[in-house]
Amino acid sequence: MSDKTFEKVAGNGLISRRHLLRFGASGAGLALSAGALGADQGLSFQIPTWSRQPGPGATAYGARSPFADNLQRLAAQPNPTYPGGGSSRSPLQHLQGTITPNSLHFERHHAGVPNIDPSQHMLVINGLVRQPLAFRYEDLLKYQMVSRIHFLECSGNSGALLRGEIGGSAQSLHGLVSCAEWTGVPLSTLLDEAGVLPEAAWVAAVGADAASMGRSIPLTKALDDVMVALYQNGEAVRPGQGYPMRLFCPGWEGNVSVKWLTQIKVTKEPAQFRDETSKYTDTLQDRSSYQFTFPMGTKSLITSPSGQMTLNQPGIYQVTGIAWSGRGSIRQVEVSADGGKTWAEAAIQGHQLDRALTRFTIPWEWDGGDAILQSRATDSRGNLQPTRDEVIASRGTLSFYHNPCIQSWQVDQTGEISNVYV
Amino acid sequence: MFKKFFWSAFLLLLAFGPLAVNSQESVRLGIPVTQEDLLDFDLIAPPDGSGFPTGSGTAQEGKQVYDINCAVCHGASGEGTSGNTVIVGGDMQSEGPPLRTVGSYWPYASTLFDFIRRAMPATAPKSLTNEQVYQVTAYVLFMNDIVEEDTQINGDSIREIEMPNANGFIDRSHIQ
Repeated sequence: MSDKTFEKVAGNGLISRRHLLRFGASGAGLALSAGALGADQGLSFQIPTWSRQPGPGATAYGARSPFADNLQRLAAQPNPTYPGGGSSRSPLQHLQGTITPNSLHFERHHAGVPNIDPSQHMLVINGLVRQPLAFRYEDLLKYQMVSRIHFLECSGNSGALLRGEIGGSAQSLHGLVSCAEWTGVPLSTLLDEAGVLPEAAWVAAVGADAASMGRSIPLTKALDDVMVALYQNGEAVRPGQGYPMRLFCPGWEGNVSVKWLTQIKVTKEPAQFRDETSKYTDTLQDRSSYQFTFPMGTKSLITSPSGQMTLNQPGIYQVTGIAWSGRGSIRQVEVSADGGKTWAEAAIQGHQLDRALTRFTIPWEWDGGDAILQSRATDSRGNLQPTRDEVIASRGTLSFYHNPCIQSWQVDQTGEISNVYV
Repeated sequence: MFKKFFWSAFLLLLAFGPLAVNSQESVRLGIPVTQEDLLDFDLIAPPDGSGFPTGSGTAQEGKQVYDINCAVCHGASGEGTSGNTVIVGGDMQSEGPPLRTVGSYWPYASTLFDFIRRAMPATAPKSLTNEQVYQVTAYVLFMNDIVEEDTQINGDSIREIEMPNANGFIDRSHIQ
């Protein structure tokens, strides 16, 4: 490949996104050295056995191909002092598009996953309302619902980069973000039915897990776009995501989207739960601490090529990744192959929805030398994803929630890719 | 006469018809409940002292409850058995990264009662009586030198407790 063939738009081999269509038409051949014929590559053109006999018929519940069943979430080791607590991370480097399969959506639990019989579960709304109400699951299914595609991100996601952890993959460092179509009843509908009193300013949401995990949410948000989600990607919300119902607060730190939702108490002040005082708060360098940091930042991540992958040989690769913002849609994603010295605009693949994962891609020619791949997102409000140095300059390294910083993947001359700090 | 009725009905339909079709007014399936119904259900115990049950407890009484139910993870003196289980000590102004515990970091004493009642002990949440939760709350505060050994902790007194890091937080909830 020569510079004459492909228009280079930034340093160290980034190719104009306008060439994407050409690559799409001519396929992977461009990534290989010229002259490799099919037979030389071990291709067989015999009719395969699966084309000679009927396979098994339709099944009641689908399963993955045995040739593609190795994708797993990465679950933390059990901690005896924290029974059921911990998280599992989505395999971002192996996913495509923007919707996370339900079985691979990240999880974060504070006392394990309760096994809830929906006929025995209730959502209670009480506190500063005209009439406290209890809603049965079967009754909530009768309400008019809304469907929205949104990301969900744990505020502890990417905290490893502020701790300066060595190594890691897209999954281990950033796998606490996922995206799904959530369907449910607007919380405002249920609050209106109970009749919110004028002095109300907050709601306290509580789950039915063993920790009865609670979070306080400003009433303005609760009445705006928060929903009681009953479905995820078309099926009932999975137990690990809050079956039979969870709160869903678009764009905000995942912890406020309380799972196994069983109570909404309308209040004047925040409840000051453990998980909004002791946890999910960020201590700054001067030892004061941010509390109630709700919208997640403007963020992007190259998912391929990424940490712990290896490039086989020099050639053209599709750099791809995900971008998201808790404050709007993604306007633009730029990619650098020289550690942030020069940047090229990536193409957006698919939709650019409000507070949803957005897929970006750009072709890159690896010349076999050292490279540092980075991406940075700009959202619809003009917020630009910060560098790690900028994040540290503004808040220090005493806490690790709410980190949106740029990830750097180093490609060495053997093609090995690793997490680095530049 | 009939014509007049017809036109009235038509106008009524024009005025309210679309509303009836689109609104949620017909689906109101919440079942009315009373605060008394929720006495054992609503565990929220906020800083203003509302939601706290009757009863009280002291650190003296709490030591035994703590030793039996809490020490296995949090250590005999709250020193912890792993990073997240340390509940005593620490100093937000220390030179290195501060050790954040109930004593050094938590802004409200109410959170202690609220959290112990809903989530502790981790292997058997909600197994303590309200009285025992008051006692353990008092004991953890005592181990952090925040109350005396015989201070009665209850829904009234807990409001008055000034935690060392009470003014250490910056509320960012207006950024939405």
